[in-house]
Amino acid sequence: MDRFSWSSGLLEINETLVIQQRGVRLYDGDDKAKLDVGAALLSTHRLIWRDVKNHECCLAMPLSQIIYFEEQAAGIGKSAKIIIYLHPTPANKEPGPYQHSKYSYIKLSFKEHGQIEFYRRLTEEMTQKRWESTPVSQPIPTGSATQTGKTRAVGIVGIERKIEERRKETDKNISEAFEDLSKLMVKAKEMVELSRSIANKIKDKQGDITEDETIRFKSYLLSMGIANPVTRETHGSGTHYHLQLAKQLGDMLQAPLEERGGMMALTEVYCLVNRARGMELLSPEDLLNACKMFESLKLPVRMRVFDSGVMVVQLQSHSEEEMIASALDSVTDKGSLTAEEFAKLLGLSVLLSKERLLLAEKMGHLCRDDSVEGLRFYPNLFE
Amino acid sequence: MSFEWPWQYNFPPFFTLQPNVDTRQKQLAAWCSLALSYCRHHKLYTLDVLEAQESPVFNNKKIERKLSMEAIQVVFEELRKKGNLEWLDKNKSRCLVMWRRPEEWGKLIYQWISKNGMVNSVFTLYELINGDDTEGEEFHGLEEWMLLRSLQALQTEGKAEVFSMDDGKGVKFF
Repeated sequence: MDRFSWSSGLLEINETLVIQQRGVRLYDGDDKAKLDVGAALLSTHRLIWRDVKNHECCLAMPLSQIIYFEEQAAGIGKSAKIIIYLHPTPANKEPGPYQHSKYSYIKLSFKEHGQIEFYRRLTEEMTQKRWESTPVSQPIPTGSATQTGKTRAVGIVGIERKIEERRKETDKNISEAFEDLSKLMVKAKEMVELSRSIANKIKDKQGDITEDETIRFKSYLLSMGIANPVTRETHGSGTHYHLQLAKQLGDMLQAPLEERGGMMALTEVYCLVNRARGMELLSPEDLLNACKMFESLKLPVRMRVFDSGVMVVQLQSHSEEEMIASALDSVTDKGSLTAEEFAKLLGLSVLLSKERLLLAEKMGHLCRDDSVEGLRFYPNLFE
Repeated sequence: MSFEWPWQYNFPPFFTLQPNVDTRQKQLAAWCSLALSYCRHHKLYTLDVLEAQESPVFNNKKIERKLSMEAIQVVFEELRKKGNLEWLDKNKSRCLVMWRRPEEWGKLIYQWISKNGMVNSVFTLYELINGDDTEGEEFHGLEEWMLLRSLQALQTEGKAEVFSMDDGKGVKFF
C-alpha cells in the first residue's frame, strides 16, 4: 500500500481512462486497508482508487510499478480479488496514505463484481505499456525514474504547495473562461455601432423606404440598444444614479410591458434592459435598486414582490382586481386551468401566470386540486 | 335507499386541503357533514382511520381523487372539536363517531318517552334499543355505549337516572 500516492484524481493530458469499477476495497497485502469502499479506475498510465463519498480522498500508483498480478476467485462470504505484486517503493515517491508497508503486494476486492473485465483490461494495458509510448506531460515518478530536480516536500509544506498549485490552476481556468466574454464585449461594441450607423442611414434615406419598414427597423434597433444609457460614469454612483436609472427604465419598459399584458418578471426585465444597453451592462443589484425607486418617483411602472418572493415590474394602471378578475374569468371559462395552460392562454411566463392564479386563490376566488396530475385551479365553488 | 352524495364529492378540489383559510373552513364544514351523514346512513359508530382512507367517503374512484391521510386527520380533528368524534386510542387510529351528539340522542329518547306517557317508568337498556315498542324509532338499534352516553346526558339534566341491575343497566325517566 505504500506505493500509493495521494492524487487529485484528474487525468494527465495524454492519459486516458480505460475502465472504472465501483465497490472496490483495497487490501494492504492480506490486511484490509484503513479505507472505505471506493471506485477503482484504470487509466493508460495509472491505477487510481477514489473514495466513494469523499472524492478528495484519491490514491494513484503508476502502472510501471506493477510486476505481475493474478486473480483470486470468490469464496463463501468473500469477494473476488485481484492480487497485484509491486516493485519496491521508489525513492522520490510523493506522500500517500501509508508511509511504510511490510507487504510487497496489494489486493483489490470487488464487492460489486466487475473483476473479470477489470482483470482483462489490466492485462491489456500491462502488455501494451502505453505509458511508455505516450509519456504524460509531467512524468509520474516511477520505480526506474531518476530523481527530478524539484524538491518534494512532505507533510504540511507538501499540502500547502498542493493547495497553491490548485489555486493557480483555478485562476488559469477562470481567466480562460472569461477570455471569450471579453471577445464578446468587443463584438458588442461593434454591434451597437452598427445599429447606430443603420439608424443614421435610415434618417438620411427617409422617404426611400416605406413608413412601415422604418418603424419595423427602428423597433429592431430599439431592442438592440439604447442610444445613450445612464451609467455610473455619467451619473456617478449611489442614489442619484439609481434615480436617473429608474427614470430611464420607466420610459423604456412601458412599451414592452404593454405588449406582455402589463407585467414582467424582474429577471425578464434584467435581460431585456441589458440587451438594450449593449455595452453598459447593469448589475442585478443596480436594477433592483432602481426599480425600488419607481414608486417614490411616481413613475407609471411599479415593482411588486409576490408572497412567493417572485419580483415583477408592472404597469401602475395594471390593477390587481382586474388581474384577479381576468384569472377567474379564464378559469371559469375553461372549467379548470393549470399554470401552464393559463400561461399559454395569456402568452405570459408560467411563473407569472402561476402568481396570478395564486393571488386569485388568496382572494378566495379560486381553489386548487393538487393531484398526481399536477396543480390545477378551479373556480371556488365552496363559497 | 342509496346514499346521496353532495355535489362537492365530484369536485376535484374537495380532495385537496385548501390553503385559503376561508375556503378551507367551508371545505371542512362540507367534509364534516359528508362524513357524518355517511356514517348515519350506514349506521357506523366506530371508524378506523386506515380503513376510512379506502372507504368511498374519502376515496372517489370515479374522479380518481382521495383525501390524503393528513387531510383526513384534519377533518377528524374538526369533528372532534364539534363534539361528534372521540378518539379510542392515543395514536388516533380508531375513533367513535357520534353523528348525533349524546344530548341530541337523549332529547330524541325523552321526546318518545313523554309522547307515549311513559315518564316515571323503568326500562332496561336492552329494551330501549331492541324492544318491539321502539321499533321504527331512530334510536332503535343504537349501540349500547351510545345509549348510555345519551342517558347520562339526560341524567345531568335531571330527566333520567341510570342504575345497575342484575344483568345490565336500567333507567328511570322523570
